[in-house]
Parts: sequence; structure tokens; C-alpha cells
Amino acid sequence: MQETRTATNNVVLDVDNVQINYETRKGDVEAIQGVSFKVREGETVGLVGESGCGKSTIAFGIVNFLGPNGKIMEGSIRFQGDELVGRSEEELKKLRGDRISMVFQDPMQALNPSVRLGEQLAEVLTCHKDISHEEAWQKSIDMLKRVNMPDVENVMTRYSHQISGGQQQRVVIAMAMLNNPALIIMDEPTTALDVTVEAAVLDLLEELKNDFNAANIFITHNLGVVARVSDYLCVMYAGQMVESGPLVEIFRDPRHPYTMGLLACVPRLGDSKLESLLHPIRGRVPPPAERSKTECIFAPRCEYVTEDCRKARPGFEQITSDHVARCIYAAEIKDRAHTKKRKKAPEEQVVTEIPQEDLLSFEHLKVYYPQESNSVISLFGMGEKKYVKAVDDVSVRVAKGRTLGVVGESGCGKSSLVKGLIGLEPVTDGEVQFMGIDTTKPVTERDTKLIKEMQMVFQNPDSTLNPSFTVGSQIARPIRRFKTAPRNQVKEEVVKLLKAVRLPPTFYDRLPRQLSGGEKQRVGIARALASRPDLIICDEPVSALDVSVQAAVINLLLEIQQVFGSSMIFIAHDLSVVRFFSDDIAVMYLGQIVEVGPADAIYEPPYHPYTEALLSAVPIPDPDVEQKEIRLSGNVPSALDPPSGCRFHTRCPRRHELLPDEGKICEKEPPPWQDSQRGHRILCHIPIEELAKIDPVVHKADP
Amino acid sequence: MATLEQATTPDEMEEATQRIEEAKPGILRRLWGGLSIVFASKIAVVGLAIVLFWVIVAIFAPLFTPYGPLEQDWKAPNQGPSASHILGTDELGRDLWSRLIYGARVVLVLMPITENFWIPGGTAIWGVIVALIVGATLGLIGGYYGGWIDEIIMRLLDAMMAVPIILLYMIIMAALGASAVNVVIAITIVGTPGIARLVRSLTLDIRTREYIRAAETRGENPWHIMFFEILPNARGPIIIDAMLRVGYAIFAMGTLGFLGLGIPPPSPDWGSMVAKGREFILQGSPWAALWPSIAIASLVVGLNLLADGLREESMRYQ
Repeated sequence: MQETRTATNNVVLDVDNVQINYETRKGDVEAIQGVSFKVREGETVGLVGESGCGKSTIAFGIVNFLGPNGKIMEGSIRFQGDELVGRSEEELKKLRGDRISMVFQDPMQALNPSVRLGEQLAEVLTCHKDISHEEAWQKSIDMLKRVNMPDVENVMTRYSHQISGGQQQRVVIAMAMLNNPALIIMDEPTTALDVTVEAAVLDLLEELKNDFNAANIFITHNLGVVARVSDYLCVMYAGQMVESGPLVEIFRDPRHPYTMGLLACVPRLGDSKLESLLHPIRGRVPPPAERSKTECIFAPRCEYVTEDCRKARPGFEQITSDHVARCIYAAEIKDRAHTKKRKKAPEEQVVTEIPQEDLLSFEHLKVYYPQESNSVISLFGMGEKKYVKAVDDVSVRVAKGRTLGVVGESGCGKSSLVKGLIGLEPVTDGEVQFMGIDTTKPVTERDTKLIKEMQMVFQNPDSTLNPSFTVGSQIARPIRRFKTAPRNQVKEEVVKLLKAVRLPPTFYDRLPRQLSGGEKQRVGIARALASRPDLIICDEPVSALDVSVQAAVINLLLEIQQVFGSSMIFIAHDLSVVRFFSDDIAVMYLGQIVEVGPADAIYEPPYHPYTEALLSAVPIPDPDVEQKEIRLSGNVPSALDPPSGCRFHTRCPRRHELLPDEGKICEKEPPPWQDSQRGHRILCHIPIEELAKIDPVVHKADP
Repeated sequence: MATLEQATTPDEMEEATQRIEEAKPGILRRLWGGLSIVFASKIAVVGLAIVLFWVIVAIFAPLFTPYGPLEQDWKAPNQGPSASHILGTDELGRDLWSRLIYGARVVLVLMPITENFWIPGGTAIWGVIVALIVGATLGLIGGYYGGWIDEIIMRLLDAMMAVPIILLYMIIMAALGASAVNVVIAITIVGTPGIARLVRSLTLDIRTREYIRAAETRGENPWHIMFFEILPNARGPIIIDAMLRVGYAIFAMGTLGFLGLGIPPPSPDWGSMVAKGREFILQGSPWAALWPSIAIASLVVGLNLLADGLREESMRYQ
């Protein structure tokens, strides 16, 4: 990964100073401008940037998939020495799928649901090459084996919905590799996948790159992912390439303020709110029509901006032979003073180690969903009832003023746990005590006083607010309902809340569609705060936001917790964010908590084998960090019929080596809880002393 | 706007605030925004022009004609268009133009409850409004609660949909008797299943949104969730559907009038005008049947064009 870029490798794709415009009703809009990069054989070039920065437009531009209103205005794109700009559709069609192939974000949409996978794979070959169907079929089988697909012959005859998301993406990758293309363009290929699956797919891509010697373009918004797969990096901002260079150099020594900002606004795995602070980039990416043509495009958000920046669009400054940055101060940026004030770091927080009063405790909580059986007998209510055991026997406590983070792959029961707690799903069994009150009843039967103390922040900024009502009336609704302020002071209270989430009072009259994603999420937080709850449940509050905005929202939530003193339950799939935000963490697998304890203890040995695998799968935006490679095999089993004994035994990578008799016990008996220090508990058969001997997953190499 | 995320200094905050003030749309601008969707589509403009023509002549009917709709001139029956009667006269010598626009009144502007008591809003309009209220309520309840409540409501409505519409109209009107109020009741009964289906499908989608979950976690009353959180977000498709339904209602009124089950004579009703006039088509005076037929057709086509244009534009708008 870190080998130096050699000039001997052949340049496969040479993009030179390309500009792409889109025609709209209001005239041409510049989508991409001044983009130049080269991709060599056996090399991966990562394109990173936030949404709306034009990453995908470049990818589509290369194969001219721009649609009827997009066109390449200037510049050249040379593929293996031949100019692609201005080629006819017919000629490009021959290249696509043969010499150039693409992998898209959502494998479900890339595969045709009504054609067997084998037919789809074989078609790629028969379409471009003059070979027989049998030969193509055989080659497809070989390629599926190559991408580590289990049970290949069987998969060939299945339809896409019959295999898991990770396997679908493997099929798409296999399809892209079939004709042994010279260039593969991957547009966010792992974004839709779970972290453990993502890690396995990234490993595969790395392997294939070395074997096939193709040139790769890897588009992503995730710096951690790009750090794992790329050799060379292009940072995109608002349609411009602002910095490019070898991966390691950019991560160690970023020269453009936007790159620096991007790196500073994501928490590294292991960072905690106690010792570090996230630095969001102010503002957001301007829409194409609002981009200035006469000043540096990043100037409105830049922390180093001066008058000189506003005079002209800067060109590239050479830093090393391969590393360029589009900033007039690139050479000396590290030594320059900030021209805009940064938010000051919060005062030293005093960490109270005194065990605090419990605000909330679950004991043996179960949330089951009855599964409709299709048999005739069940119509009369006589069949055997089956249950999806979404949450099965979960016990955990949340102390006052602390944050409990809940992590796990999708489908592990995080959301069901929360729904049971808040009363949106009926609790099947178990006890929930909230401030000493039993809260197993559904929300409709609860006392208003109890409802008021538990509020939620949701995931999707586009659906968290009712599009028909103004921001003000939506925040006012809970105030009126719970009577937190007298009738005539509701408006003042709303304005206060808007200020608390750092929005100006004029937002009162705005409609949700006039707000950006981050702003909507702030309003959602204000609405949850309106009843002054003791417990705020955040269900993936930042996962749908761009990284720079994500940092601002996390900082806001931290600040609110300090000011209002609320406890929080923070659900996320991003382990770095959870670690940063939480005091305590519970790791869930298939409806059960397998490990719980203080945040720092979870990220250090002893680990539960599942936690260990999760941690080793997290993409870390730092090429200097060494990470263990533990990959889980298979998929999360069905919660309808969970495995016997330890639920993790079907995928556990540790039981064979650390338990006698190859871990037979795991298949038969449910594991016991084992206590480590400071309330850190692990649900595993492997003795805790053995688990403690395991090396830490993340190891920082000496630079 | 761009600086709001992390507006740290008071200056910046103020600056950003000001920009929002400027961008804040007034009521007039929002109204204009709505109309501009209509004007973006040529089809919708044509439809709007036809509908507006009928609405205006109906509202100001006395200003558009010197004759009353019941005024008979038995010296000049069954005449063709002339200077004194621009569309001609019927078999009793009543002015057709006058009867036509007073007929539009009953459809679009005023509804007779008794002979002397009229309420604003035409018979077709009232029919659709009542059908909307009943249908939307049933659709919301079915879609939001789901389960056996939904099953019962939807199966009952399916059963109603299984009866041919004309037959349903005839049964209802025959049972209730001919009057404007009963026409409204008939339109309601016939229109409810369709509206309920539409609202139910919209509700099924909207109830999965997070703002509905937010309302539920606030412990809101289900009626509040249905009518304040869900219904306003379903309004676009409902408005377009309602326009089409006004067209169907006008059609239904014409049919009922033609069959003699509509608004009782001598009140000017397009359907009964066609029924009476058709006897004289072969006797060389087709006018009495022709004009009300054209009126019904043009109004229904106009409403359809308007609804189609709006639907197309609002989809492009998204």
C-alpha cells in the first residue's frame, strides 16, 4: 500500500483539466472544473469529498454517462493513450463493461432482480467477446470463486434477492472483473454495507488489485475507507480538485485547509470526548449555482482566509513532485495563524468516578415480534407461533448524566431495544425501571409526566421534521403539550431552544425544506429538548450527515448534555463516533448484549470476540495505524431461529483456538457473564484471563 | 445561509439572520408560487381557463343574460341561435343561454337545500367535499391503525366498489328521492371508496416517517397524528384527485338529471335539459340538447386538463 509511485507503471487514464457543465433552466452550471489526475496500472486513486462535490460526476464523465444535459466543456480524458472526449456513443459502448467497468453503491440496484446471477455474469462475457455460453459460464464460476464467494455453483442459479448484501456486492465486483478491464471505477462500493462486511470487501479489492494489475478509481466520502485502499488521493471540493498527492503524504502532511478540516472533524478510533474535540468545518458545500468564479472556492469556509484569497481562483501549488494543493498558502499553511476564530476548547472536565444513581435500568428485557405463519392452520390461530427475537434477555443500566452507546451491526436489535424502551413496541417480558417507575407499558398508556422525560432524536434529517409545518410550530408543539412553559411564553421558549441549538430566531417561520441537513437535525434536537427530558435517545443522529456537519452536531449534543444534564442513549454503527461520544458502551449481537462497560474498557482487551472483530473492521483514517485483520465469516443468523448456546458461535473466530475441544461448549450452553474491572462485563465461555491476553486491535506505528 | 452552521461571532449570526429575513417568503409570494405551477403547464392553463369561464358566468349569471331561466316565451319555442336568444330557445320558449348558466350555478356555485334556501358551493362541489371528509377519515383510520380495523373498512369499501356506479346512483336516488341534498349524498357514497383507498395508501407511506414516530414518542392522540401530522402531507395528491372527482360528480349529476333522478324540474339542470331536448333533435331543433351536452363535456374536460397539468408539474417540481 505504501510503495512509492513509480513512473515505470503505465498510465491507464489521464484526466487533464476537465470541466463538466450541466445545462439547467437557469443556464449552464459548472459541476466540475480544473480536475486533473492520472491513474496507473495496479494503482488505486481515491476521490474523496463531501456530497455535492462532484466525485460521481467525474466518474460518469469518464465513460460519458452524463445524461442529456451534461457535457464536457474542456480538457481531455485519455484512456490508454486514446482520447475519450468526443468519441461516439457506439465506440464508448464497446469500452464500457469491457475495458472500463464500474461498481456502484447499491448492489441491489446494479443487479437485475429477474435474471439469474449466472446469466447476468455470463452475459458480460458473451456480449463483448466471441465465446460460447458454456465457456462464459465456466469463467463466471471461476471469477466468483476468485472473489471468495461460498457455494459458487449454487449462487450462479440464484436471483439477487436470495443472497446477502455483501455477497451481492461480490457478484457486482466479479462482474466488473470478468473481462479483465484496464480501468475499474468504483463509486462508494461499500457505503451500503455493514462495517464487518465492508472490511471483507475492501480486503478483496486490495487483493484483486494486486492480482489483476488494473487501474482503480475509488470514490468515497469516508476517509477511513480511502486510507485503507488507496495509493494516491484526490480531494474534491465543490467541483474542484483542491489537493492531490500520495495517500500517506496527504494524511501526514495535508496542505489545503479543506483537507486539514476533513481530517480534523472525524474522531479517530479511540478518541474520547474527555481528551479531544472535533473541529467542524463551518458552513456547507455551496450548490453549483452559488459558487464564485472570481475567488477561492473554499474562501467562505476557510479558517485561514485573507483578502488575497478573494482576488482570484488559486492555481495548484507544487509541494513535492507528486503533491499539489490549490491554495496560495499551501507551502506555509501549517505556520499561518487562523484568521477566523475557532471555537475554544471546553474547560477541563472533571471526571467523576463516584458511582451515580441509576436513571434507567433494564432487567431481562425481551421484545419479540410474532411472525405470521403461512400455513392454513395458523389462519385459525392454532399453528405454532414463531417469534422474531429482536431483543432477547437484555439487562443494562444508564446512570444519571451519562451516555450509553449501543453498537452492533444492522439487524442486531438496537432499534427494537429503543422502541421497547420508549413504548412504540410492546415489551414481551422483563422489567424496565425509569426513575424508579415501571415503564413496560406502551406509550399510549403512559403518564404524560413520564413521556415528557424521554425524548428521541432521529436518524434521517429529511424525514425527522413534518414538511407541512414551520420550524417554530414544530418545536412549540411539545412545549404546549407538556406545558413546560406558560401559554403566553411559548414563543420565547422556542427562540431560547433555537439559540441552544445555535440557530438564529428567524428560523421560527421557516419550513423544513428551506433547511440543510445539519440544520434540520438541529431542529430535531431542539424539538427533543423542548420537554426538558431526563433521557434523550439518539438513534444514529449523525450517520446521514456529511462529515464536516457531523462534527458540529456531535459537538452540539455534547454541549447540550453539559448544559441540560440529560442522560443519553446513543445508537450508532460507527464505532469511532460511539467511542468519542459515550461514557459506557453496550455491544449488541443478535438481540443480546455481549459486552458492556466503560467506553475505554471496551476498546481495550479483554474483548468479546465479536467486539474484537468489529474493532478490527473499522476503517481508520490514518495510514500509520496498524490494525489486526479479523474477518467474520458468514452473515448474522436469523433472529427467528437464533443459534443454540452462544449466539455468536457460528461466526466466532476465537473459540477454536482458546477453548478446549474446539469450543463444543459454545454450541450447547449459553455463555456466562464474566466480570472484568469497573463494571466491564463480557458474555463469553472463554475465560476472561485468556481474553485479556489478546493484543489490542489498534496499534499505532511509530511514524 | 452557508455561514449558519458555525456562526461563532455575533456579527456573523446577524449577517446570516438578515439574509434569511430577505429570503422569507410572504403570503403573496407563496400564493404566486402555487399559481406558477399552474402556469408552467400549458395543459393546466387551458383547463383553468375553461373552468374559470364557467365559474364566472355562473357567479354573475344575472349580469350575462336579460332573461330568467324560467321565463317562457311561448311565441318562440324551439328556435335556433339568433340576436335576441344567442343560443336559441327550448320547447317552452325559455332562453337556452340563460338556462345553461343558471344550470352551471347549481353545479358550481349555489346549492338548493329547499326551494327558497340556497347555500354557497355548488352541488357537485359539496358532493366531493363531503366524500373527501368521509373518505379521508376512513382512509386515515385504516392506514394508520392497520390490522383488523383496516381489513373491515377496506373490505366494506371494496364491496361498494363492486357495484356498478350507475346502478349505485340509481338505487340511492330511487331510495332517497330526487333533490339536491340527495344528489350530494349519492355522490358521497359513490366517491368515498376511491378517496379512502387513495388516502390509505398515502397514509401507509407517511406513517413510517420519523416525524410520525416523534409524535408518537410525545404520546400524541391518534386523531392529532392522523389529521395534523399525516393529512397535511398527503394534500397534494388529494387536491388533484378532488379536481378529477368534481368532474365525475358533474358527469354523475348530468346522468341523474337525464334519467329524471336529479334536481327536480323546473330548476335548470343540464341533465334534464338534454333529456327534454333530445325529443326535438330529429324535428330539426337540436339546440336544446346540444348546448348542455357541450357544457358538461367542456367543464369535465377542463377539470381533467387542470388536474393532469398540475399532477405533471408537481411531479416535475419534486
